[in-house]
Amino acid sequence: MENDLKLEILDILEDNAKTTAEEMSLMLNVPAATIEKTVKELEDEKAIIKYSALVNRDVVDEDGDAEALIEVEITPQRDYGYDDMAKRIYRFEEVRAVYLMAGTYDLCVRIKSRSMKDISKFVFEKLSVIDGVTKTVTVFIMRKYKEQGVILVGDETDERLVVTP
Amino acid sequence: MRNFIAKTVEDMPPSGIRKFFDIASEMKDIISLSVGEPDFVTPWNVREAAIASIERGYTHYTSNHGNPALRKLIARYLRERYDVDYDWKTQTIVTVGASEALDLAFRSVIEPGDEILVPAPSYVSYMPGVTFAGGVAVPIETKECDNFTVTPEALKAAVTPKTKAIILPYPNNPTGAIMTQEQLAAIVPVIEAHDLFVISDEIYSELTYGERHRSIASFPEIYPRTVVINGFSKAFAMTGFRLGYAAGPEDMIAAMVKLHQYFMLCAPTASQHAGEEALRHEMDTDFTQVGKMVSDYNRRRTFVYNAFKKMGLSCFEPRGAFYVFPNISGMGMTSEEFCHKLINEKHVACVPGTAFGAAGEGFMRCSYASSMDNLKEALKRIAEFVDECRK
Repeated sequence: MENDLKLEILDILEDNAKTTAEEMSLMLNVPAATIEKTVKELEDEKAIIKYSALVNRDVVDEDGDAEALIEVEITPQRDYGYDDMAKRIYRFEEVRAVYLMAGTYDLCVRIKSRSMKDISKFVFEKLSVIDGVTKTVTVFIMRKYKEQGVILVGDETDERLVVTP
Repeated sequence: MRNFIAKTVEDMPPSGIRKFFDIASEMKDIISLSVGEPDFVTPWNVREAAIASIERGYTHYTSNHGNPALRKLIARYLRERYDVDYDWKTQTIVTVGASEALDLAFRSVIEPGDEILVPAPSYVSYMPGVTFAGGVAVPIETKECDNFTVTPEALKAAVTPKTKAIILPYPNNPTGAIMTQEQLAAIVPVIEAHDLFVISDEIYSELTYGERHRSIASFPEIYPRTVVINGFSKAFAMTGFRLGYAAGPEDMIAAMVKLHQYFMLCAPTASQHAGEEALRHEMDTDFTQVGKMVSDYNRRRTFVYNAFKKMGLSCFEPRGAFYVFPNISGMGMTSEEFCHKLINEKHVACVPGTAFGAAGEGFMRCSYASSMDNLKEALKRIAEFVDECRK
């Protein structure tokens, strides 16, 4: 029951982090005080990590940052496994995300930097020189169509008639 | 020149919804809580299936009954989901929306002068459909205090020797009422005693909150005297595909197929392929998409319902469909006046209860098939309006 409420709250906040406790109280039929308490718990146990906005920078800054996905092949060393390799990579400021993959390469690293040149430089100077990194393939992101389940190009509007039976 | 328009058609008033549409569509910047269709776009896998079927050249008539593959899925769906068993070959028909299925059922059942019981308030097409088929629609007023259900007493009181059938529209548009297992069980003996046929419009069957939908056809004694009508519009957000179906006794389905084969031939082929994908995908994934949609609606339902309670209005807690039907009789005006003033002064469109029959006086229908942001703003404005009315 308590877990159900937590999941409901996570669902709502994941969709709109600005939803107030008062609004959630009306949506879930639970007192606002209980909502506030549960949100606090979720924050404490890091189920809610932070409140951020999903932004589309291109709207205001066409020459914004460059982003790339880098496929990284690694050879884990004795006593120095994937997790440790990942740690050496994800600690870099430029690295936005790191995933361990099943497939033809090992780590998928998402990099964000001011320009493609900066990213190349990062790969040459920081990434490929790490002991255990055997190969990197850098693919640049050219345009984002959909991010976190949300279509960014906005092609679907409400086409419904204003009144229907 | 003579007047060539048939009198039954000429005499029928246009739908109250239509009238309200004309007003609302002329206004700009309105928030519409008047929409009787999901705000979700048809899932892409379903749209894609329709496109693929056209690409493959499936652009011909199908069997009058509908594609066998689709009918098999429909039969499986009804069995697994609602515990009603139909032979797909002889007991199902695919139609152009649930609307066509209703019309077919009316024309298959009704002889001139037959009385058909229609719970009120309810969907705008029942009364005209019965009338156009030559029958007499007899409303059974359902009341807020009875949770807008049909009670055995009200049913008994409405039956005459001429009564032939009852329409059972649950989950209900516009009230959001459902009929539980117990409530259905209570009217079962009355239906049997008076030898009535049941036209069970279950188009909102997937959209219930708190408990699963029960079909009256799941009562063995009612099964042979019931046609179940359902469709893809509400559960799968497929209104524009115009795809529905009916399942029932062999002879009734055969009669409906007869009418359908002369004038409709078949439901649109691409839509049938889309429907197949919708059903198969949901059944294979344990109704994940539908489940997500329902939990989303449920939050909005609770939000809107609580917002009306906060305004101090009497409001029945809806358990199905996507409508809330608050009681506005204390506002010192008719439903129609209230809704007109609301749209003019606050730019929020709700449908007056009277669009769903005289029994809807004192109520308005608010659809929560709208984004949370829209609902928040609309309810804020309605609260202001209610406050002003009380001054």
